[in-house]
Amino acid sequence: MKLTGGQIVCESLLKEGVDVIFGILGGAILPLYDTLPQYPQLRHILVRHEQCAAHSADGYARATGKVGVCFATSGPGATNLVTGIANAQLDSVPVVAITGQVARPFIGKDAFQEVDITGITLPVTKHNYLVPDAASVARTIKEAFYLARTGRPGPVLVDIPRDVFIEEAEFHYPAKISLAGYKPVLDGHPAQIKKAAKVINEAKRPLILAGRGVIISRAYEELKELAEKGQVPVVTTLLGIGSFPESHVLSYGMIGMHGMAYANMAVNNADAIIAIGMRFDDRATAKVAGFAPHASIVHIDIDPAEIGKNVSVDVPIVGDVRVVLKELNRSIDTADHVDWLQQLDDWRKDHPSTIVKDSDGLIPQYVIRKIYEVTGGQSTVVTGVGQHQMWAAQHYWYDRPNSFISSGGLGTMGFGLPASIGVKIGCPDETVWCIDGDGSFQMTLHELATVVQEKVGVKIAIIDNGFLGMPRQWQELLYSRRYVASRLVGPDFVKLADAYGIPALRVKQKEEVVPAIEQAMAESGPFIIDFQVEPEENVYPMVPPGASLTELIEEPKPRSKAFSHSAKSLVSNV
Amino acid sequence: MAPKHTLVALVENRPGVLNRVASLFRRRGFNIESIAVGRCETPHLSRMTIVVDGANTMVEQVRKQLEKVIDVVRVSDITDEEIVARELALIKVKSSSNTRSEIIQIVDIFRANIIDVAADSLTVEVTGDEDKINSLASLLRGFGIKELSRTGRIAMPRGGASPLPIEETGSRATKNRSA
Repeated sequence: MKLTGGQIVCESLLKEGVDVIFGILGGAILPLYDTLPQYPQLRHILVRHEQCAAHSADGYARATGKVGVCFATSGPGATNLVTGIANAQLDSVPVVAITGQVARPFIGKDAFQEVDITGITLPVTKHNYLVPDAASVARTIKEAFYLARTGRPGPVLVDIPRDVFIEEAEFHYPAKISLAGYKPVLDGHPAQIKKAAKVINEAKRPLILAGRGVIISRAYEELKELAEKGQVPVVTTLLGIGSFPESHVLSYGMIGMHGMAYANMAVNNADAIIAIGMRFDDRATAKVAGFAPHASIVHIDIDPAEIGKNVSVDVPIVGDVRVVLKELNRSIDTADHVDWLQQLDDWRKDHPSTIVKDSDGLIPQYVIRKIYEVTGGQSTVVTGVGQHQMWAAQHYWYDRPNSFISSGGLGTMGFGLPASIGVKIGCPDETVWCIDGDGSFQMTLHELATVVQEKVGVKIAIIDNGFLGMPRQWQELLYSRRYVASRLVGPDFVKLADAYGIPALRVKQKEEVVPAIEQAMAESGPFIIDFQVEPEENVYPMVPPGASLTELIEEPKPRSKAFSHSAKSLVSNV
Repeated sequence: MAPKHTLVALVENRPGVLNRVASLFRRRGFNIESIAVGRCETPHLSRMTIVVDGANTMVEQVRKQLEKVIDVVRVSDITDEEIVARELALIKVKSSSNTRSEIIQIVDIFRANIIDVAADSLTVEVTGDEDKINSLASLLRGFGIKELSRTGRIAMPRGGASPLPIEETGSRATKNRSA
């Protein structure tokens, strides 16, 4: 039977198990939208800006492990997707973006709402397609989903001209895929795995450095087995949070620019590092020359191009983390490493980077910790990008797999709200807290309308300090406190919430924090809390740009006078 | 100066492939000295020969990134292998009845061909490695070169072994592991 290109898109999405699409319609993609009523199994979530369609699909994909799908029209619809697509690319998130394109006779003529979106997204997608005719739609979508979710996952864009949605073709969903240039390696090389086991078994001070690859391949149990069997302590990257329970006795937190001091010291002193599903991002390694100077490095990653890219490694293993770890664990000797673990515990005692300090005023760290306590750590936390993101990483303990969702590689402010919508829609029974900054939140707050329209019960905590806090911190510490363009005048978030019809509270005092969080939790629907916190609180520890991991600034105690000359500086611990 | 690298890539013969390949070099600031693309022994595939300047580690990184491009089937850096490499150039050189025979002599020495003759010019076709083409061009420069067009290098390893056996599926993985 012949179907239209639009129907073939929908049929193909059903074949791929899609149930949710995030998008905004427009001229070029209207024929596709027109077929949606024939496919009630496909729930369409109307967002308010295409960037958020991509972020929501991204959040949905991270939370569910399925491919996230977004739709946008040609021209500005497609270009608005770009940030969201780039975000998914840098964090290896499987997203399929389907864009309308002007009809074939108009392509290349600067037609109304025409852009070369395959050209534009070429460097920020895993692959992309311009579909030439209706007969190619099914095969293209099959390939797009296959590419997005296999190997190192990533976004794939499929650009479909308006007249292709209307053109008819026979629908045959191909059973097989033939991509000569794409054969991800899943099994690690046995000889390399042997070598890795030898490095680990002979190490006196081994350390596991876990990244998001562990989460992507769901290797939680395998990672735990490796750590426990060899008594190897575990530190993570930012996106590796949620790969290993943080209250586990072998967990030593996050490394990096705002990592725990003891975690960074562990990297600096380890004699073997087992880097698993991570890519030695500069925010994680700090100065590469000073990274893990005493360690033999085993690097397990599915992407061969990550091997030796930033840090030279001694034992590379290309393969799927879970498959490789299963194999590796067989060759790991039981060990105790008592002295090394004692050393780490001592460092943690001497440099307790995650203690919430005493304060009279409301500090952001306190807010995060209370969210942790009230939720019992049983929620998924989604963040924007900035200071609040780092505090959320530091002061909430993530014991549940994949319970921290954040924009790591691209560092996209505004990711929090739309991503949390995707997470909540993907996992409706999950408690989802969007912890956002007032700056980050204002980049995508129009999605509150999506929250209301689609009845998304996400809890939103705005860490409101009236600044673009992270650049302000850098200005304070590195630019002699010249606060250029970092001060924000925000709206009254409670009134704003009211305008959208979302219940909200403003919190200024410490004693109001817990009742507010409890009230939010008691609501079945969405809830917003505007936490008006100390404006000039900093994220510590901090590795200054250009320094190595252990050259970090810990909380200055007490703060020097030089730091408090401004009348606006409400310093709490002087 | 950074060493010159010769990369050979087997790619899908599809629109946009050249763009995908070139963009990886552009992103890292490589200047592509030459790139030659054409059909090859396998239907639907093309073979590219790319010559770039770059530090070994940088080129290796780009090679791995090229491997990731879905439309790229295989890539090899054959710089350090025994290869045969050729380039073709067309040189349109000014000539008159006085200089014509001298030009023909030079062309003969280089075993090049004259493929077009006009009243005031000769067009020479020459095949060889870059040095040979450079020397012929510099000799002809004295007569006045009106137009010079070069294809860029195409290359393959000597002997039976191909660096890009498309049947053997394991090669990519092995190569990556040893990287």
